[in-house]
Amino acid sequence: MTAWLLDLPLALGLFGAGAATLAARSLFGAVLGFISTGLIATLVWVRLEAPDVALTEAVIGAAATSVIILYVASRIGAGPVPPAPPAIALRLLAAILSALVAGLLAFAIFSLPAPAPSLAGAVLEMIGPTGLGNPVTAVLMAHRALDTLLESAVLVFAVFVIWSMAPERRWGRAPGPAFVAEPHGPLAFLARVLPPIGIVIGIYIAWVGADAPGGKFQGGAVLAAMWVLPWIAGLTAPPRISDMRLRLAIAAGPLVFLIVGLAGFALAGGFLAYPPGLAKSLILLIETAMTLSVAAALACMIAGPPERRAQP
Amino acid sequence: MTGITPFALGAAGLVGLGLYGMLAQSSVLRKVIAFNLLGVGVFLVFGVVARRGAAAGLPADPVPQAMVITGLVVAFAATALALVLTLRLHQTTGAVTLAEDAPAETPPAKPATDAA
Amino acid sequence: MSLFGAACVLAGAFFFIAGTVGLLRFGDTLSRVHALTKADNLGLGLIVLGLLPFAGSLAEAIKLLLIWALVLLGGTTAAQLVASAVRRDQDPPQ
Repeated sequence: MTAWLLDLPLALGLFGAGAATLAARSLFGAVLGFISTGLIATLVWVRLEAPDVALTEAVIGAAATSVIILYVASRIGAGPVPPAPPAIALRLLAAILSALVAGLLAFAIFSLPAPAPSLAGAVLEMIGPTGLGNPVTAVLMAHRALDTLLESAVLVFAVFVIWSMAPERRWGRAPGPAFVAEPHGPLAFLARVLPPIGIVIGIYIAWVGADAPGGKFQGGAVLAAMWVLPWIAGLTAPPRISDMRLRLAIAAGPLVFLIVGLAGFALAGGFLAYPPGLAKSLILLIETAMTLSVAAALACMIAGPPERRAQP
Repeated sequence: MTGITPFALGAAGLVGLGLYGMLAQSSVLRKVIAFNLLGVGVFLVFGVVARRGAAAGLPADPVPQAMVITGLVVAFAATALALVLTLRLHQTTGAVTLAEDAPAETPPAKPATDAA
Repeated sequence: MSLFGAACVLAGAFFFIAGTVGLLRFGDTLSRVHALTKADNLGLGLIVLGLLPFAGSLAEAIKLLLIWALVLLGGTTAAQLVASAVRRDQDPPQ
């Protein structure tokens, strides 16, 4: 009963926010609609008993994505002439196609076998040797560690490709335009007060992911946000992309992950196999390096390609 | 099954909305936003499947949830890449669409980075 | 005790509704921002107050209060920034 009282308005709000995003007249309105959709989706994730995903959706899906969209939108502007919408026939066809896809998808979900097959039992069976209490973290770091290793490599590649978008003569400089600092404004105040608290919270979220909802992606994203805030307040300059410490920070996570994985051949008989007794320590080692890497990579992705001329 | 029906419908609806947005809107930035809407919908479908797989004392199947976390991070990386490409497209040609017959787009006299 | 908690949460929800009504009904951006920020901060404070009796431990209660303090910080900064942006649009710098 209470499920319908809470879930139905949530689902309707989700769809409504999505529709408002598409129907918004200005780009800014569309971004606001997207932020609202993301936040309602976070609540839906909580109702779906997925707090780890809710954290990730809130910080990366809704917040970080909207930040980069707004950043690029503010630099592009609406353009001299708003682009003409495609022909009405194309839009009608697109609407029919989309409705068909949505309907088939809903039909497919309702045709899933019941009782649903589940891997929860298999996950819990092998969670003992890992020493972890959070089954989602166990899946990410032990059962499907290969996926997480490849994902960390994807982040490195993404930073690399974004940096390569720079014009040739700007390579090696610092990313992004110089933000004007208003040293006593509200943004500067927030950028001074929030980061110390935020850094502690970010490290805590990354650390507690071993036994409770959280993890390195969520914590790393909060840490990245705590760097972005002083940057847009004009209080700090981004490091040049040729800075070795920055590159080391981004590479540290995947590197440690890879080394542990290769060491698994010698220690436990397979790639990414953890030797019994050492599993928790190795996982914590990987997670620490990965938190740093995720934070650095996300911050670099938000900052964008190097554009600044060398500062005098 | 009834517990997650509204979310399943909402997720499928978001997928439809995102798909329509990617096809029917001409500005690349709006397409990127619609792509992310599509992503939110798809991930929620995963979440519904995970919720249905509650077993062995857990309220939901952790494997699809872990896949969604991976997917969210990769989708953000893809969005960042798409946006940087859009920015470069605008800086070099002044266009905000990929249409070949875009109306009267005048490229800026110099790329914007030189004016920085 | 739980009755007090429920009453506070309901009062907080009422303030959120009041803030949204202000958002929809006020004609001027500045007054909208004003109404929304004040009502939402107060509403969240009441909700947090109402949830405190249900907190499992002192640490949880402190975390709830920390959430309210951080939202207060972020919300007021955002309101100030929106207001100065509105002011900048209304009186463009010469």
